[in-house]
Amino acid sequence: MSVPIEYYLILSGFMFLVGVAGVLTRRNAIIVFMSIELMLNSANLSLVTFSSYMGNSTGQLFVFFVMTVAAAEAAVGLAIILAMFRNKLTLNIDDINILKW
Amino acid sequence: MSLQLILFILFGTIAAVSSVLMITRTNALISALFLILNFAGLSGLYLTLNAQFIAVTQIIVYAGAIMVLFLFVIMLLKPEHEKYFSHQPKLKIFAFFIAFIVFIQLVFMILVSHPSQGNNANVAASVKSGTIEEIGKQLYTNYVLPFETAGYLLLAATIGAIVLAKKKFE
Amino acid sequence: MVQLIYLTTLLPLLGFLFNGLFGSKIKNEKIIGIIGSSTIGISFLIVVGAFFQTLSMPVDQRQTIVNLFTWIKVGNLDVNVSYQVDQLSLLMGLIVTGVGFIIHVYSIGYMHGDKGFGRFFAYLNLFIFAMMNLVLGSNFLLLFLGWEGVGLCSYLLIGFWYDRKFEKSTTSDAAKKAFIVNRIGDFGFLLGIFLIYLTFGSLNFNDVFARAASLNIPQYVFNFIALFLFIGAMGKSAQIPLYIWLPDAMAGPTPVSALIHAATMVTAGVYMVARCSIIYASAPAIMEFVAIIGALTAIFAASIALVQNDIKKVLAYSTVSQLGYMFLALGVGAFSAALFHVMTHAFFKALLFLGAGSVIHGMHDEQNIQNYGGLKKYMPKTYVTFLIASLAIAGIPPLSGFFSKDEILWSSYADGNIIYWLIGVVTALLTAFYMFRLVSLTFDGKERFGHDKHPHESPAVMTIPLIILAVLAAVGGFIGIPEIFSGEHGNQFDNWLEPIFQPAQAKIAMFGVHSSLEEIVLMVVTLVGVIGSIYAARYIYIKNIKPAEKLSKRFNGVYNLLLNKYYVDEIYDASVVTPIVKGSEIVLWKFADIKIIDGLINGVANLIEKISGSIRKIQTGVAQFYALIMMLGIVAALFWIILSL
Repeated sequence: MSVPIEYYLILSGFMFLVGVAGVLTRRNAIIVFMSIELMLNSANLSLVTFSSYMGNSTGQLFVFFVMTVAAAEAAVGLAIILAMFRNKLTLNIDDINILKW
Repeated sequence: MSLQLILFILFGTIAAVSSVLMITRTNALISALFLILNFAGLSGLYLTLNAQFIAVTQIIVYAGAIMVLFLFVIMLLKPEHEKYFSHQPKLKIFAFFIAFIVFIQLVFMILVSHPSQGNNANVAASVKSGTIEEIGKQLYTNYVLPFETAGYLLLAATIGAIVLAKKKFE
Repeated sequence: MVQLIYLTTLLPLLGFLFNGLFGSKIKNEKIIGIIGSSTIGISFLIVVGAFFQTLSMPVDQRQTIVNLFTWIKVGNLDVNVSYQVDQLSLLMGLIVTGVGFIIHVYSIGYMHGDKGFGRFFAYLNLFIFAMMNLVLGSNFLLLFLGWEGVGLCSYLLIGFWYDRKFEKSTTSDAAKKAFIVNRIGDFGFLLGIFLIYLTFGSLNFNDVFARAASLNIPQYVFNFIALFLFIGAMGKSAQIPLYIWLPDAMAGPTPVSALIHAATMVTAGVYMVARCSIIYASAPAIMEFVAIIGALTAIFAASIALVQNDIKKVLAYSTVSQLGYMFLALGVGAFSAALFHVMTHAFFKALLFLGAGSVIHGMHDEQNIQNYGGLKKYMPKTYVTFLIASLAIAGIPPLSGFFSKDEILWSSYADGNIIYWLIGVVTALLTAFYMFRLVSLTFDGKERFGHDKHPHESPAVMTIPLIILAVLAAVGGFIGIPEIFSGEHGNQFDNWLEPIFQPAQAKIAMFGVHSSLEEIVLMVVTLVGVIGSIYAARYIYIKNIKPAEKLSKRFNGVYNLLLNKYYVDEIYDASVVTPIVKGSEIVLWKFADIKIIDGLINGVANLIEKISGSIRKIQTGVAQFYALIMMLGIVAALFWIILSL
């Protein structure tokens, strides 16, 4: 491998923090979900990097399961957003504040 | 300038830029498309790392299934276009600042710990271990229990999604 | 039989439990009465058996300790529940169970029809339990247990008719007054017990008295111990200044007055001082004090009794006065004379109270003697027994009161001071006068009651006890005939008690020998004065009341002073009771409790409310806000990791 491992890791960290910024700043619920998917993918990149540089397949198997879980989570989360939208007719997170004091 | 480095720069740039663009668009549909582009870049990165199975799975599962689901929901709900810095700009700038700080900290930690020293990259083994045969073998012998459990998880998620999104009983 | 002495306390306790728990369910008065009385009756028989058994023992071995179980064993303090059967405790035990049994039987008739019948007998049995513990106990702690127990029973029984009015307040107020005034005395008593433990290192009678006789202890320690113990006696036995509860205790039923406030409880103080005779003998200054208080109380109470119009009040003040005699005797060192008077006083005072109860019962709860008159033809048995008792208390020979009172008067002259004797004689004259005023106004003369009252003799269950007590009051004095008549060591009573008081008598310096002529002269003088008082009283109150009326009009101030009991209750109320009540209300209640304690608790609650009120604003309900806070946490964590790298 001629590319040092740090490059991949720094790219992974960058994507993760872009996702964090998306979660913290966007008001649209669907965009927030997509940012969460971005964060998961950055973790996947990190895992695959290490798996490749170590020479065994443990990391890639872990990525396999992360993808499974991400799919399940995306499905259920979107179902929740649909149900919420039916009740409140808005996708604005700031308006969904029933747990306010 | 090896091929790996060039490919890394290419795919890496695609992934990074598309992710930034994704979070800053006002139109949700455009954001979803940029995310798909991001996944494509990631898939290329996986290929440079000899992880063939994962690269293919990324396209099939993420870009093909999950993002299609997102697109369906976006087109179903037709969300409004929001102006980006229109609401509580101070909080958003503070959030960017925090994310930047954490990025600096991560970079510092990665560089300080020098992971590439002392660990010689094992190319041959990584080529062998990324193939689908190897993954399959591992999956069905050592990791069969998580594999089956993942099946149950997907079943539960399917049922959950159906129940949650159903229209009310008449 | 001596070893069974614990039954004398156990049986009344069982009687209390039975009548207390089941008395209200068993509606049959006969069963309750029989159970209540038979426990005391059996106890009396056991004490009689123990008495004869002790009589057969040699003189110097007459003390038996019956050990039941260990009560407290902490450090150096070793206190057992054990009973000391010796001459003094047997004497007191006989009086308590004997007179107690008679009064129990009387109560079956007196309390007939009362809705608290079972409760009454339960309390009476509890009282006997406590009193027997008091007289039989072999250490100060058991004595104090009985002391407190009789005080409690006194409270319960004075306030027995808790829904009745009594004078200006209720019977419960009278009961509370008795208990509180007793408590003041008990405080002094406790201090005395503490001091005894501190000085002698033990609470056992035998240990304490042996050490008191032999060890070299400074005078002031004995003085303080004797003084504190006497304060307890002042409260329990109604001496000045703590006698005020006894007249108010007449709010209770008459058998209670007879048993507790005439025969037994009020003599507990006399018993206690007699038991601690060696301590008092070692503190002559306090003995002087005891004698002074006794003499003053005797004449003070007798003067109040002269003008009272309630039959029970007269008898109550008479009790206080006679108790003063007993303490006078103790104070001059005539311990066995005091106990002799305890015994004879139990007989005739209980008889007087029971007779008064019979009169009240027959006159349908009328207690004012100005509304009596001429009752002797309606209640002959009550009249005769009452007359016998009045002659006894006045001191007419050969009734019992003559012997005991005369011995006290002689001791106060010979071993004390002629002033004591003079006060004693004047009190005797007053006693005879007010007693026969009472008899004349009640039984003789013209009938002064309205036609709605139909006085009748009481049933046999009430008159038979009267007769028994009258016999005892008549002949009971013969066991204590003074030596001038019975010869050397002829006074059986003194002989019986002599070993108990021998150490104390050894310490008291005996003044010179007096001739028997002096004794006979004094006796005759007293007798003549007493007979004169009796005739004067009978003349005034039966035939011609004018001299008394003129006297009361001329000395109207003195008359009012006596009628209002020297305003002692009012003085106490203004100087002690009201300041304490007001002080508690203003300082302790309004300020300390409401402002400080409540304020503290409420303040803490308010503080928590304010803090949480401001902290809750963090929960905005917006998930992104929470995520932002989480990121802040991650920043901090990463800094920490970096710094530790």
